[in-house]
Amino acid sequence: MSDRTIDTAVDLGLEGAVEPVAGAGAPVLQKRPWLGILRNALRLGRTRVGLAIVGLIVAVAVFGPLIAPHSPTEFIAVPNSGPSGEALFGADALGRDVWTRFLHGGLTVLWLSAAATVLGVVLGVVVGLIAAYARNWLDDVLMRANDVVLAFPQIILVLLAVSAIGPKLWLIVLTVGITHAPRVARVMRAAAQEVVERDFVKAAEAVGEKRSRIVFGELLPNVTSPLLVELGLRMTYSIGLVAAIGFLGFGVQPPTADWGSMINENMLAITVQPWSVLLPVLAIGLLTVGTNLVTDGVARAAIGIDGRSR
Amino acid sequence: MRKLVVRRLALGVLTLWLISLVVFAAVLALPGDAATAILGREATPDRVAALRDQLNLDDSVVSQYLQWLGGVLTGSFGTSAATQEPVRDLLSARVGNSAFLVLVASLVAIPLSIGLGVWMAMKRDKPVDHVGSTTTLVLAALPEFVIGIGLVFIFATGVFNWFPAVSLLPPGEKAWQDPQVVVLPAATLVLAVTPYISRIMRGSMVEVLESEYVTMARLKGLSERTVIWRHAVPNAIVPAIQVAALQLAWMAGGVVVVESVFSYPGIGAALVDAVDNRDMPVVQTVTMLAAGVYVLLNLLADLATILVTPKLRTAAR
Repeated sequence: MSDRTIDTAVDLGLEGAVEPVAGAGAPVLQKRPWLGILRNALRLGRTRVGLAIVGLIVAVAVFGPLIAPHSPTEFIAVPNSGPSGEALFGADALGRDVWTRFLHGGLTVLWLSAAATVLGVVLGVVVGLIAAYARNWLDDVLMRANDVVLAFPQIILVLLAVSAIGPKLWLIVLTVGITHAPRVARVMRAAAQEVVERDFVKAAEAVGEKRSRIVFGELLPNVTSPLLVELGLRMTYSIGLVAAIGFLGFGVQPPTADWGSMINENMLAITVQPWSVLLPVLAIGLLTVGTNLVTDGVARAAIGIDGRSR
Repeated sequence: MRKLVVRRLALGVLTLWLISLVVFAAVLALPGDAATAILGREATPDRVAALRDQLNLDDSVVSQYLQWLGGVLTGSFGTSAATQEPVRDLLSARVGNSAFLVLVASLVAIPLSIGLGVWMAMKRDKPVDHVGSTTTLVLAALPEFVIGIGLVFIFATGVFNWFPAVSLLPPGEKAWQDPQVVVLPAATLVLAVTPYISRIMRGSMVEVLESEYVTMARLKGLSERTVIWRHAVPNAIVPAIQVAALQLAWMAGGVVVVESVFSYPGIGAALVDAVDNRDMPVVQTVTMLAAGVYVLLNLLADLATILVTPKLRTAAR
């Protein structure tokens, strides 16, 4: 997955979600349209299942370290030995407890992905809305810059930066965020372009509102539904990217426990001791499926609130 | 139409040039002296001096860039900092292996996902459609290494021991001489891209099937097969072409992770080794290749769209 992005909701086969929420004339249909969307999304079974899965994995990542039976760096058994009374899921390639390292290894993936998502969506919203409102050379320049970043597969741009600067966590957040930005910007620009033509924007211009006020006070509240969908979608892709970088060995450095690097460290012994690979792979897979189910629910609710359904 | 094509080509060249600036800038981002950063602190002064010379580090930045760009354009990508081999020799066999992998995956994925999308649209709201939509939603969410490792578990270890878990090739042998090593990596790529293409194809097809000309074709008494494949699919396929091109371009990055899962001897696995060794000439070459593939595929998709859309084909003739 990762980028491969087409226009978000379009990814999900839900083109309607890209349209802004507001009806003609009124600046915003409801005071907080995104709250309505989230409430409607919660009525859908897929959203609830998704939230339950995400909640479970987040709980493992957050509270796991508290219930771990050993230290994540303690050698407790023969390397690659199978499950025993001492080690519930056996020992990893160095003889450390797989279960303990699994319980300790989720938190970094979560916060790195969340930080990268927020950075990417904020950057993308700012660029997309400014481009949509500018309608001049600035729009062209921003979109050209977008095309350049879009031309790099996300993982390759991250690896290019890592090869120059080294495997730093801040660099992963920064580069994953930057590679999300043009993808978000395209969607936000498309959604905002329709809002820009509406009368209330012209009215705001006529009374001499500041440009920043118009962009973030008038445009932003009217593109919250594609924004919500983008947040969910980018989170799913962030988790995949951050975990993949860990799996390639450029994320959290040993001996710290991390789901991505656990796969990297134990892949060679997969036939002898599958648990040390299976546990982190299952957790990451479940987490991305969960976030995608929630995103799909939100996208469907966003269309529903628009009064149209397919 | 010609004006449209020329404009699109010019845009592609401009994008490629901007990309080359970004890729080149990576060397400038190396902390401290680039040659020392690449070779590590234990490197002998001789080797550092040799690398400085090779990367033209003593020239101005502009001249360094022009020399590098000249090399890229003439197909000489410098010397690997890790093995002292020309990058070209190092990568040529691997480029073939990766291209073969992507080719096999796309030849399976594109017809499969188009067919799946058409089928789901025809059986709209029936069980087939629901199962298909849930499966694609789940598959679309899974990172490619999760899919790959899942396939290893099912088809290469405990459950069925059908394919090798590791795609090792004897030295000098090409992937197409030993097709077994391609099966699981290609299947991973297929499973990763199919959900996206089939979903967009389904959505577009549902819309077309509701249109008046499809009703008209049915009323004329044409067979269902003719209605679907002669009248509906050609009109529904445009968005799928665009998405398929994006998915193929995505594979240029997807191979990095997939090749690493299977130790498949392609450029993706080479990139990971090069990043590990800070082998900047190799990193830059693979990055340029991947970005170039993206620009080229996008260009082809736009040209294909112009060709299949009568309105664009006749516009600005």
